[in-house]
Amino acid sequence: MAGIARRRLLTTTAWLLCGAASARAMTVKGALPWAPGEADPPQPARPGPWVFFTPEEGADVEALADRLIPPDPDTPGGRDSGCAVFIDRQLAGAYGSYQGYYMRPPFQDGSKEQGMQSPVTPAQRYRAALAALDKHCRAAFAGKPFAQIPDDQKDAIIRGLESSSLQLDGSSGRAFFELLLKDTQHGFLADPIYGGNRDMAGWKMIGFPGARYDYRDWVERHNEPYPRPPMGIEGRPAWTPPRSQ
Amino acid sequence: MRSGVLLAAAVLGLAITAARAAQDKQNFTIIERGRYLALLGDCAACHTEPGSGQAFAGGRPIETPFGTVLAPNITPDRDTGIGAWTDDEFVDALQKGVGRGGVHLYPAMPYTYYTRATREDVLAIRAYLATVAPVRHAVVSNQLPFPFDIRASMLAWNRLFFSPGRLAPTPAKSAEWNRGAYLVEGLAHCGMCHTPKNFLGGDETSQHLKGNVVQGWYAPDITDDARRGLGGWSVDDIVAYLRSGHNRIAAASGPMAEEVTRSSAQMDESDLRAIAVYLKDQPGGEEHAAPLAVDDARMRTGSAIYADECSACHTPNGGGIAGLFPALNGAPAVQSADPTSLIRVVLQGAQSAATPAAPTGPAMPQFAWLLDNAKVASVITYIRNAWGNAAPPVSIERVAAERHRLSRRAD
Amino acid sequence: MPRKLPGKDVVIIGLGWTGSILAHELTAAGLDVVAIERGPWRDTATDFPPSYAPDELRYRLHHELFLRPAQSTLTFRNNPSQTALPIRTWGAFMLGNGAGGAGVHWNAETWRFLPTDFTLRSHLTQRYGAAFLPEDMTIQDWGVTYDELEPYYDRFEHLCGTSGTAGNLRGVIQEGGNPFEGPRSRAYPTPAQKQPFSHTLFAQAAREMGYKPFPQPSGNLSQAYTNPLGVTLGPCTYCGFCEWFGCGNYSKASPQTTILPVLVRQPNFEARTECEVTRILLDSTGKRATGVVYADTSGEEWEQPADIVLLCAFSIFNVWLLMLSGIGERYDPQTGRGHIGRNFSHQTVSSAIGFFDRRKFNFNPFIASGAIGMCIDEFNGDNFDHSKLGFVGGGYMGQVQSNGRPMETTPVPPGTPLWGPEWKRAIRDNYLSTVFAGAGVHGSCYSYRGNYLDLDPTYRDRFGRPLLRLTMDLHENELKMSAFLTDKYAEIIQRMGATQVVKQPRKGPYSIVDYQTSHICGGAIMGSDPGSSAVNPWLQSWDVPNLFVFGMSAFPQNAGYNPTNTVAALAFRTAEAIRTQYLKNPGPLVHA
Repeated sequence: MAGIARRRLLTTTAWLLCGAASARAMTVKGALPWAPGEADPPQPARPGPWVFFTPEEGADVEALADRLIPPDPDTPGGRDSGCAVFIDRQLAGAYGSYQGYYMRPPFQDGSKEQGMQSPVTPAQRYRAALAALDKHCRAAFAGKPFAQIPDDQKDAIIRGLESSSLQLDGSSGRAFFELLLKDTQHGFLADPIYGGNRDMAGWKMIGFPGARYDYRDWVERHNEPYPRPPMGIEGRPAWTPPRSQ
Repeated sequence: MRSGVLLAAAVLGLAITAARAAQDKQNFTIIERGRYLALLGDCAACHTEPGSGQAFAGGRPIETPFGTVLAPNITPDRDTGIGAWTDDEFVDALQKGVGRGGVHLYPAMPYTYYTRATREDVLAIRAYLATVAPVRHAVVSNQLPFPFDIRASMLAWNRLFFSPGRLAPTPAKSAEWNRGAYLVEGLAHCGMCHTPKNFLGGDETSQHLKGNVVQGWYAPDITDDARRGLGGWSVDDIVAYLRSGHNRIAAASGPMAEEVTRSSAQMDESDLRAIAVYLKDQPGGEEHAAPLAVDDARMRTGSAIYADECSACHTPNGGGIAGLFPALNGAPAVQSADPTSLIRVVLQGAQSAATPAAPTGPAMPQFAWLLDNAKVASVITYIRNAWGNAAPPVSIERVAAERHRLSRRAD
Repeated sequence: MPRKLPGKDVVIIGLGWTGSILAHELTAAGLDVVAIERGPWRDTATDFPPSYAPDELRYRLHHELFLRPAQSTLTFRNNPSQTALPIRTWGAFMLGNGAGGAGVHWNAETWRFLPTDFTLRSHLTQRYGAAFLPEDMTIQDWGVTYDELEPYYDRFEHLCGTSGTAGNLRGVIQEGGNPFEGPRSRAYPTPAQKQPFSHTLFAQAAREMGYKPFPQPSGNLSQAYTNPLGVTLGPCTYCGFCEWFGCGNYSKASPQTTILPVLVRQPNFEARTECEVTRILLDSTGKRATGVVYADTSGEEWEQPADIVLLCAFSIFNVWLLMLSGIGERYDPQTGRGHIGRNFSHQTVSSAIGFFDRRKFNFNPFIASGAIGMCIDEFNGDNFDHSKLGFVGGGYMGQVQSNGRPMETTPVPPGTPLWGPEWKRAIRDNYLSTVFAGAGVHGSCYSYRGNYLDLDPTYRDRFGRPLLRLTMDLHENELKMSAFLTDKYAEIIQRMGATQVVKQPRKGPYSIVDYQTSHICGGAIMGSDPGSSAVNPWLQSWDVPNLFVFGMSAFPQNAGYNPTNTVAALAFRTAEAIRTQYLKNPGPLVHA
């Protein structure tokens, strides 16, 4: 479905650009502003080639995601759920560059209580950490990238990053681990419109019905399983007739 | 007999003075009545450019099937408005569709309806218009392409489609009904939007008030039709709708929201009731096709879309929330013969009327970004056939055509 | 040089709850009012319709409805031995932006404070003796009593259509309501919301333990309602996307759903959005505000003259603007002089997670509203005897879990690895059977000499103005209180039938990272004595009588409740004072 970017069509009754006052403010007077077709829907992640990652980076992140959230017979793992796609699209967007954050200097380390004080954006951190990880793996595993080493070795590396016992060259392993874990888990559980949680697998696993909005008939049905399948912002399969029709 | 002549002259003089004095004493009443009638006739709808702050100064483009005309300036400016017109010229414009200098008006000016107004009412409107601020604004009304720009062609058109003259009262009906007829068929010109037109733009009189596509919306059937019209509405429902833009079933949006906020929200209660009584007495059509089967593919997908996207406002059984979200269950707008408004509202959203009696003005969001043509077709087909509703399904092609048309409209 | 605009009777800085209330009251009184709002216009159908409002990533995690720190932020340190550093992304509190302010994305928990909350120092001193209070605790009486505020609580509740069960109707305790609440003149305008399973179970357990549970007063309505302005709200559908999110179906009380439709139709009202007020202008005496200067999105400055200036920019921004405009004396913690910036407080919230047997308990946590919940008030304020406990203060507690959004609400039992197959299994096995209300205990936060706001020496905003600096830490009193309350709360969760209860009492130091409600208070506190307050009991600046300062900045300390009802009640009371007294006789309403 073609996304409609925010269109602002002037309605003559409500939106006045006052000549006398600021011409660059929106003045609201007389009626609630409204224009046909105006909306601000989310930008969907579309299937396709990596937007931020190189193919090698993408393969490594898929492999990392698949260890952080391994596949099992009932539910896909991080890779098949699209966690790496999610991360890729997020890093290519506002999140990747910390858009909206206060990023003025001076940057200085503070206490834990003072929160994030690094100028390194998620995009920069992934790039640097993945390069350092790749360098480490090729050195330690006869030229193999992370994606191609055995699973137990992958887990050992991740545990090393988690405990800070494994240092990455020029990049904080622990900080990367925290960021990657958070992003992977978010990719598993965010709305599928963003590229992860493919087929709502994460939601189905835990029993979250998704972007539903009306539970009036269910509030007082205590201790009963909720029967409706999950839906995402873009809907669910039942919105489209089966192919045979 | 000089003294006789002098006496006669004196008496005549006195009579003239007396007449003028009588006119002055009634001035306020006439002007106030004229203001009310101009509101009722909604002259401002066409003759005032929105946002201009210049009442009745003209210039607003009016869409017709043959092109665009610009509403003229009807302020009392002598050069660019109607300040120099005589009373008779003004009356002829409304009652005969002929402007000053014998210029034929286009029926975008609803003289075919205003012809039913009495001379007295028309002159009251004139008296009111004479008191508004004169605005110097020259408008070239005729923007129609050849050959429609030849005004003389209106002669033939009028012969076919125009019956000038007042309505004869119907003694068998109540005074209220007759007042309603005078308004609906006259100054309120409901049929201008609600009666379908033939290919030449004249009223399809056999389909009187049975619905019509206008400005990209479907003005619905406002006869007493059980499904598609006001059959399920009481007189109180109709009055509430006209007064506030909302009732327990419906919400006015689009051009009708404009009509309500500018005109009927400010009309007298008795006139609104008269209109309602008259409309309720216009017979509806015959009952038609049965609803689509529940297991029709469109009903199944439409039902899923409805439950997931629509029910949080319109409620699972389509009952809506009175004054906030229109009912779909049993609603005439939903079961209309023509789904233009339904498709438009789903694709573009709509803002409902906000009036002093109902100031909330809730809006429906747009779904064009989310629902492709097939999904729009299913969910509209679903609401037209669920809960006891019955109306023809809507095709994917129809939705596609409407989406395309809307993308080219400025409003 | 700002370009000067034609004058108005009133200029309002910020069009949130208080800005909207004041704008409506004063335009109805015939005044010509302009509201200058830093953020965008916000409207239900275009900004948060049901079709894309329920988006946890966008709104909860990426903060899309909130102020961007890049536009405005503050710096933070725990104490003066540290260098304050910028809050580069929000954590401990969220700051609204745009028409409707925080009223768009609040939970709609609509509590009244206790009568004793307003006379806190007098009351505690009388009951426990002055020595019982920590030496550096700077709590004060408010200068207004519960009884004086009651009619205005009533007004706000009826504006919103608040759903609840009265507990004290004109002095008579009512079954099913809060027995501790101050007397109310009439019942809530709509009945309490329905309660889901875990909330009901909490009430049952509480009752068995001898407490008196009652439904949380909710601005998410239980049924459709038309308020005294003629604006209609719809029934809440328990979608579980409340706080942090806009409401898609007109069922959460906000300026949008209660006031703005009527306000914008007033011919004497105008709102200018995307305009940020940079300072309040004073005349040469410094005792009269002449208007404001604001910047539009191109950075161009405009001067808006007005006879009355209403500062409705949210607590910390109020304080910041007062400082930047040179109004009042800035607080110096060394000398104790000055009131602008003094007595900052927040909210001492804590939680206890209850893990239940998933074969027996299915809570469907995603079915909830922002103000859902069954609560008890036995441990709020001074409702219980503190003499042997070593602290003062308290809070309500309850199963007030407002959502089951998966990225925030997949707690795992302690010891579960952070990743891998065990983590995956743990979230699968616990999601539906866990009770986790982030602020299950909603404790008070009293004020201290060392908790204050001033201006940062280093960091600046995009206009070059020094950022506000917050110096704040948790004190022993609040930590003891939190431990005590959390223990009591955990007992009830246990009693519900939990297999494991994990207590999470509030621990120091105060962190700017984890969310602790947005109830940041103080800095321009109210009182009846200009020697110890910034504004008088009508929120009128003692220094500049044609300036009124609204919101939580007026709170001398924070009580154990959500603040909005109190903020709105004070606003209504001031509106009435302006209409009935100030306009007839402009000048100080109180002569000290």
